[in-house]
Amino acid sequence: MQIIINSKPVTVATNCTISELIAHLNLNIKRIAIEYNREILAPEQFYTTIMNDNDCIEIVNFVGGG
Amino acid sequence: MHLIINEISQNIPEKLTIFQLRDRLNPTADVVIHNGIPVLNDCELQENDRVVLIKRGHAPSASEFDSLLSARHTESVHNILKQATVGIAGAGGLGSAIATALTRVGIGKIIVADFDVVEPSNLNRQQYFIDQIGLPKVEALYENLRRINPFITICPKNLYLTRSNIPEIFTGVDVMVEAFDSAESKAMLAQLWLQKFPSTPLVAASGMAGYATSNIIRTQRSLKNMYLCGDGVSEVQDIYSLMAPRVGIVAHHQANCVIQLLLGVDPDSEEINYADNN
Repeated sequence: MQIIINSKPVTVATNCTISELIAHLNLNIKRIAIEYNREILAPEQFYTTIMNDNDCIEIVNFVGGG
Repeated sequence: MHLIINEISQNIPEKLTIFQLRDRLNPTADVVIHNGIPVLNDCELQENDRVVLIKRGHAPSASEFDSLLSARHTESVHNILKQATVGIAGAGGLGSAIATALTRVGIGKIIVADFDVVEPSNLNRQQYFIDQIGLPKVEALYENLRRINPFITICPKNLYLTRSNIPEIFTGVDVMVEAFDSAESKAMLAQLWLQKFPSTPLVAASGMAGYATSNIIRTQRSLKNMYLCGDGVSEVQDIYSLMAPRVGIVAHHQANCVIQLLLGVDPDSEEINYADNN
C-alpha cells in the first residue's frame, strides 16, 4: 500500500504499524515525533496504530545538541 | 525646540546648549551623549537632536526603563511583549541564550527550568561566567538576567523535567520553548506538548553542532503547532561538538520565532514584516 510521509509517497507493507514503519526507515523510536492523519501520537500509540492506504504521516527526527 | 532626551521625545521651550539642558534635567549626570557621541565640550543643540544623560552606575527606574523599551520597540510591540509569558525547558546553550534575548526585549514573564549545574565545559557556548561554575544553571541564569533587566518576572525552576511535571510547571504560557540537549528529551517534549497544549505553539530546535555553514539554519513550521529551528541534521558526535556561534544562531532563531508568534507574524514566511512596526 501507499502512504504519504513528509509530503512524499512511500510504499509500505499492508497492515504495517507505525513502529514497524519507524524501524523500516532506520529511525530511533525515542527521537521522533509523529503526526498521523493530523493527530499527534503518544509513544505507546506507535505500537498499536495500524496504517491504512493513503494515510498521511509527518515525522520529525530530532538530533541531539543544545 | 524638539529633542529626543534619553529616548523620549520632548519639547523644550527655548534654545539651550547641551550642558544647560543637563543642568536643568539631571545636574548630576556625568556622561553626556550628543547624537550618539559622548561629548566633553558644551555645544548648541539643534532641532531633533538626540541627547542621552547618564549618571554612571545609576540604574534607571522601572518606569524609565519601560519608556526606553517602548521607545525602542514602539508602544504596540512593547505592550504585547511585556504582557507575554514564555516557558523555556532547559538552560544550556540554547536556553541561556534564548532567556537572555527575551529578557533584553522585555518579555514580561519567563519560566525557565533545568536540573543541571554550570560546568567548566559549558562556557564554550552557554551564557554563564567562570565564577558561576558549580552553581545551579537556573540560579546563575537568574542572577545574569536580573543584571540585564530587573523589572521583568523570572521564575527559575531547579528540577529535572519529566512528562509528569512539565504540564503543571508550564501551564498558561503563551509560547513554549524546547531548549534541551538530548534528542530523546526533545522528542518527549514535542509529543507531550503538542498533545496536551495543542493551541500553544512550541518552538523547538534540532541540528546545530559543529561549524558548517550558518546559511542552512532555518525556522520551519513542522507538525501541528511546532516551529523547528536548526539545520535538522548536524548532530553532536565525538569530533563534532557544540560551539557558541551555531548554537547561538539557533537560539536566536528560536527567540525571534517567539517574538513573531507573540506579535502575530508567521515565522515560516519569507516576507519581511517590519512594515508593521513603523
